[in-house]
Amino acid sequence: MWEKVKSFASEFFVTGDPMIYGADVSIVLVTLAIIVGLSYFKKWGWLWREWLTTVDHKKIGIMYIIASFIMLFRGGVDALLMRAQLAMPNMEFLAADHYNQVFTTHGVIMILFMAMPFMFGLFNVIVPLQIGARDVAYPFLNALSFWLFFSGAMLFNLSFVIGGSPDAGWLAYPPYSGLMHNPGVGQDFYIWGIQISGIGSLMTGINFIVTILKMRAPGMKLMKMPMFPWSVLSSCIAIIFSFPILTATLALLFLDRYAGAHFFTLDGGGNPMMYINLIWMWGHPEVYIIVLPAFGIFSEIVSTFAKKKLFGYKSMVFAMIIISVLSFLVWAHHFFTMGSGADVNAFFALTTMLIAIPTGVKVFNWLFTMFRGKITFETPMLWTIGFIPCFVTGGMTGVLLSVAPADFQFHNSYFLVAHFHHVIIGGVVFGYFAGLYYWWPKLFGFKLNERIGKWAFWLWNIGFYLCFMPQYVLGLMGMTRRVYTYGWDKGWWEMNLVSTIGAGFMGIAFLFQIWQIIYSVKHLKKDETGDPWNGRTLEWSIPSPAPLYNFATLPQVSDQDEWWEEKQRRANGQQVPAKPVLEPIHMPKNSGIPIVMSMCWFLAGFGFVFHWQWLTIPGLIGVVACMLVHSFNYNNDYYIPVDEITRTESELRKVTS
Amino acid sequence: MAQRNVNHAGQVSPAELHSEDHGHPDMEEMRKFGFWIYLMTDIIIFGTLFATYIVLKGNTNGGPGPADLFQIGGIIVSTFILLISSYTSGLAVLAMHKGNRQALMRWLGVTALLGAAFIAMEVNEFIHLVGEGATLSTSAFLSAFYTLVGTHGLHVLVGLVWMIAIIIQLGKHGITPVTKRKVHIISLFWHFLDVVWIFVFTIVYLMGVS
Ligand code: HEM
Ligand SMILES: [Cu+2]
Repeated sequence: MWEKVKSFASEFFVTGDPMIYGADVSIVLVTLAIIVGLSYFKKWGWLWREWLTTVDHKKIGIMYIIASFIMLFRGGVDALLMRAQLAMPNMEFLAADHYNQVFTTHGVIMILFMAMPFMFGLFNVIVPLQIGARDVAYPFLNALSFWLFFSGAMLFNLSFVIGGSPDAGWLAYPPYSGLMHNPGVGQDFYIWGIQISGIGSLMTGINFIVTILKMRAPGMKLMKMPMFPWSVLSSCIAIIFSFPILTATLALLFLDRYAGAHFFTLDGGGNPMMYINLIWMWGHPEVYIIVLPAFGIFSEIVSTFAKKKLFGYKSMVFAMIIISVLSFLVWAHHFFTMGSGADVNAFFALTTMLIAIPTGVKVFNWLFTMFRGKITFETPMLWTIGFIPCFVTGGMTGVLLSVAPADFQFHNSYFLVAHFHHVIIGGVVFGYFAGLYYWWPKLFGFKLNERIGKWAFWLWNIGFYLCFMPQYVLGLMGMTRRVYTYGWDKGWWEMNLVSTIGAGFMGIAFLFQIWQIIYSVKHLKKDETGDPWNGRTLEWSIPSPAPLYNFATLPQVSDQDEWWEEKQRRANGQQVPAKPVLEPIHMPKNSGIPIVMSMCWFLAGFGFVFHWQWLTIPGLIGVVACMLVHSFNYNNDYYIPVDEITRTESELRKVTS
Repeated sequence: MAQRNVNHAGQVSPAELHSEDHGHPDMEEMRKFGFWIYLMTDIIIFGTLFATYIVLKGNTNGGPGPADLFQIGGIIVSTFILLISSYTSGLAVLAMHKGNRQALMRWLGVTALLGAAFIAMEVNEFIHLVGEGATLSTSAFLSAFYTLVGTHGLHVLVGLVWMIAIIIQLGKHGITPVTKRKVHIISLFWHFLDVVWIFVFTIVYLMGVS
């Protein structure tokens, strides 16, 4: 019996690596600390009522952003581990198979569990406020999306200490990700972690499309909508067309591994190239899904801090829609070298180059918005200014990669690694940071410290260029991606060392950001205005943090920058139209079903990973039961009475008005 | 509607209040709209599976191919069953518009029975095929076949459970804006599955045996 337990445990838990034992210990300690802390301060009820069961878009958004910061930490530690291993030739810090696991988890976590939730967090906290809505279209579904993401992310991260991490790269190409070459459970964690959170992403896509199309404040025509919701709309359109492909593709890979199917296997008539086509039909739109909202954020910030109307509003909108459509027509540029033939390669090279045009249009629009503006350089604007040259140069190396014949040289080299980090960090990460700094006062009612923020900004930027510029050169010198070590004879060590130092700078920059948050909380200076940047759009017209119902009375919109125009009208002494009378506000009730149902998914996924039917089946039954309970519940909304609204408003606006 | 719907707590149902509440988005309409978008995403899932099937159709790995396996007679019967069930779900919606709850529940019940018959026939077909040694892991063609047809079957099964849940809710709450929306959505889903089946029938079975 004891022998059995021992042999089970030695396979179930990842053993033999001191770093992983360290992680085991810290996971147990942190969990204990949380449990003890919550019990000691009697906060369980509070946590459950205020957060775990909430359907309030603002709280859900904050939970998304917290989760994404934790994931940024984990992905960042992975990155530093890899850079440490590559700092010098012949290092023996990470073994080959461990290195494979680290780049795989780094890639997956950064894209799916850092960038995506960060983006959804910003969608949630800002879109309803900007379009003058009281919530998203489907608040219950919104909570479910969050918890599905959370379950999927936990499942994926568990592989680090239980069963073993996936190691087939962030897109898990077969045949290597198939059962024949990869018999462990790592790839199954990969499949179910992404599958469960992916369903959540798909639902969020639907949710925000409907929210934006159907819930705008009266008078806000689509062409008067601020640019951020437009970018969210174009990103969500790409989500609803691409994520179903991911769902289907992962399901097929799972059937190969679990049920012995032959979709992508080498034997039985399977076709691995089919997978590579399908996964990139999702994968390429995915990178535009995460960068489009960043474009929207920059547009908001540029016009706020240049104190000018956004230049070329219409061309901005069309550029984003065109990018979102074109992103579906370029997927094969990821495998020019795989023998599709000259005609196919030419087509995909051309479509790829075409994307540069709308992107260029956007860059010029931002520049023209700044032109002759009275620019101030607070941190959100700094990130925006840092972004433009970074993204333009990163985009240009992308155009180089799109030249199919040249790509035979660049393909899968460090040139590529440098390129995608260039656009992803310079575009997506800088963009979301900018957005977080910009909207932080709206979320929490105080600004983040500017001085520490500037340190973080400069450290990030210096670190970024130090880390990735040498990698372009390394790529041209022949260093391929995903190598875990190299010899002295290659002549690569100087560049690699510089690159590692740069990565260290970014690590320190991240610590500065954490310190910035702690410092700003400690020296809290409450923003009483609700409008600390002299903003232009509706979210700045209400107190910070926004009350549960956002708007006591729905705003009537007549201009593109409605709040700015409203302030002008007030300053000109124009008569402010009388406030409409308050009415009871219709609100959704909190629900425990989303978190319970997601936990059931988690259990089912865990059962699938280990082929434990005794866990899978109850898990799936739990999922169905949750759906039915929800369907049979007709008592899921309530009204906030007028006197309560009056009371909240007068408290919030005491100082404002 | 002449009469206000009062739910079990004795309150006027919120959806009812809403339809009178101008300037607000109509919640039930919005849910239907969202469902249309969901259907689009489902079309893409099926599209992916169809594409996979078409690519892998010829890869029989020396095993049986479509023409060796499919018995078109049974398939035509189940096709008709599903088509008729689409028609009866339409009758259910018509009954709902007339305010006839009994007929509505009855027609939904008939639809669910036909759906169950369809699933039974499909399971039967699969058992028969497996008995002939044509399993999911025999060849890429069969992997794609079982996955495509099985995914459709799974959708029908989900629709079935859902329909039964709605029938029970109709019994409890009667025809209200909420249950009305639910009936609209399930019948939309049902028609959708019918359309997908037409494609399965044509691409998998008809083009397989011809
Ligand atoms: C913050 C600084 C970062 C550093 C220092 C860094 C470093 C690295 C390194 C060393 C690799 C492995 C290269 C190889 O061996 O082939 C890598 C791969 C990758 N990184 Fe990063 N990274 C950073 C941020 C990010 C971010 C923010 C994202 C996405 C949002 C990201 C996405 C990826 C992806 C998708 C891969 C490819 C994984 C694979 O080969 O399957 N990285 N990164
Ligand atoms: Cu691409």
